[in-house]
Amino acid sequence: MMDEAKRDRGLLRIDTDECKGCGLCVEACPPKVIRLSDRLNHSGYRTAIYAGKGCSGCGICFMACPEPGAITVMRLTNRKSDVSTGLEGATQCAGN
Amino acid sequence: MSSEMVSEYTVVHEKAKSFYESYDRKEELPHQTHFCPGCGHGIVHKMLAQAIDELGIQDKTILVGPIGCSVFTYYYFDVGNVSAAHGRAPAVATAMKRSRPESIVIGYQGDGDLSAIGSAEILHAANRGEHITVIFVNNGIYSMTGGQAAPTTLLGQKSTTTPGGRSAATEGYPLHVSELLATLQAPVYIERVGLGDNKQIAQAKRAIKRAVENQVRGLGFSLVEVLSPCPTIWKMPPVEAQHWVNDVMEKTFPLAVLCDRTKEAVPRPLAAAGPALEDIPHLLGVHEEGLPEGNSAAIKRPAEDLDLRVRVAGFGGQGVLLLGEVLAEAGLDAGLEVSWLPSYGPEIRSGTSNCHVRLAGRPIDSPLVVEPNVLLAMNEPSLRKFYASVHPDGWILYNGETIPEECNRKDVHVLACQFSQVADELGDPRVANMVMLGALLEIAAVLPEASIDAALLRLVKNQRWVQLDERALARGRELYKEAEVSHACRG
Repeated sequence: MMDEAKRDRGLLRIDTDECKGCGLCVEACPPKVIRLSDRLNHSGYRTAIYAGKGCSGCGICFMACPEPGAITVMRLTNRKSDVSTGLEGATQCAGN
Repeated sequence: MSSEMVSEYTVVHEKAKSFYESYDRKEELPHQTHFCPGCGHGIVHKMLAQAIDELGIQDKTILVGPIGCSVFTYYYFDVGNVSAAHGRAPAVATAMKRSRPESIVIGYQGDGDLSAIGSAEILHAANRGEHITVIFVNNGIYSMTGGQAAPTTLLGQKSTTTPGGRSAATEGYPLHVSELLATLQAPVYIERVGLGDNKQIAQAKRAIKRAVENQVRGLGFSLVEVLSPCPTIWKMPPVEAQHWVNDVMEKTFPLAVLCDRTKEAVPRPLAAAGPALEDIPHLLGVHEEGLPEGNSAAIKRPAEDLDLRVRVAGFGGQGVLLLGEVLAEAGLDAGLEVSWLPSYGPEIRSGTSNCHVRLAGRPIDSPLVVEPNVLLAMNEPSLRKFYASVHPDGWILYNGETIPEECNRKDVHVLACQFSQVADELGDPRVANMVMLGALLEIAAVLPEASIDAALLRLVKNQRWVQLDERALARGRELYKEAEVSHACRG
């Protein structure tokens, strides 16, 4: 279905409603794949956004973030399966 | 169809289960915390919630919240929550842990809360080695109230109360609470961590989990101090504030494990349960055998409009409080609504002492007696202090031969008598209070004698005194009947 070699080890999901744009995750991220948005959210914050690729799934941004649920970190895992499932939903998250 | 290896993304870090999904206790914006952007509290909250998740103790955790920015722990943590008065979290946590030893009790305090107003509580909780965990978030300033200097404020650091920067000469040195507590013998684990960079954050998470785990293992008192940024009050962007923790704050408060006795600490057995309720009278030396039956059933319902407001005043040691207590206890026995409010100075003997007693047919609104209908003045200063407050048509019982001229009121009844002298003749001047009470009982005539006897037996332990008190009460009743009562001139 897709080229496994090109897929990142990690994936980020950022809740732009919860994020307050403090930028600690941007500072903390080792591969530097998070930045602050150019546009303000409805609360007036420039929120963190994921660059869309390059996440290693280390989870450091998650611990550096002061909001309980603003960041969710996923990691690529292998499992045996008869059908390929679960990818569609996850990859969509990379867009935010 | 044959099986094949597939790769998929699985969640590895997400909002801890110990947080509420939505913070419905907040009135607005229930999807995010009330903390400022970049606040360290949010990070410490996450670490604590994760530790609770990982240890599987959500259902038995009680979090004791402080006063300060993190006062709203109960908005976020889906665990048992209690808010303590300013600085008192360790004392509240002590009580909770002792009464619910199976619970995991975690105190969460800021530096203004813990190191200033709560410095005594934390010191003694640590010194007792209470089986609690304390998370101490130190940002070096009072943030919630707008940036006043705290005991932890750094030398030279500006605050609203140290506008020129903290000076050792006038404000003293930053208080090193963790070092101070580490000198005690009881704590098992004290560590200072920071939120200054990724490495520190990872260590802080480990330390917090360890501190909670120590309690799960029953080892004893653990405290983790977290150096935490406050971008708003420090007036720095969040990232700069984070660096400031690392570059500046840490120089004054070095990160270190200050005390670690977890290896040699032996899990201590849970505190013995308190005595059973039925054993308490025996432990207090109150023997129910031989006590007269309660009279509440025997007497008819008291008049609804009964409202006896008594002020008893005298020197400490004259039995002022006991007099009031016997009266209230007897009222209780007789099925009345009662209140007894002692009020005395720091001196036990020779200081002034007075108490407010109310006996009423209806529930009592306030235990304060501002306008008594009976004043028992056991000495002259008390008479002078309270005579004017007596309700018209009320009574003044004065322990003295005659009322001083200037305290004479025409609109009240007076019984002036050398009660102490009478008591002395009975065997001990100290029962003057009971002689006066006897007279009062005769005047008020609302309590059956059996209720007075029951109250005396409950409150006076020594049999000899009980007998003496009973004689004194009887004598007091006679005194009222005999005495020339100066009646009020009405209207």
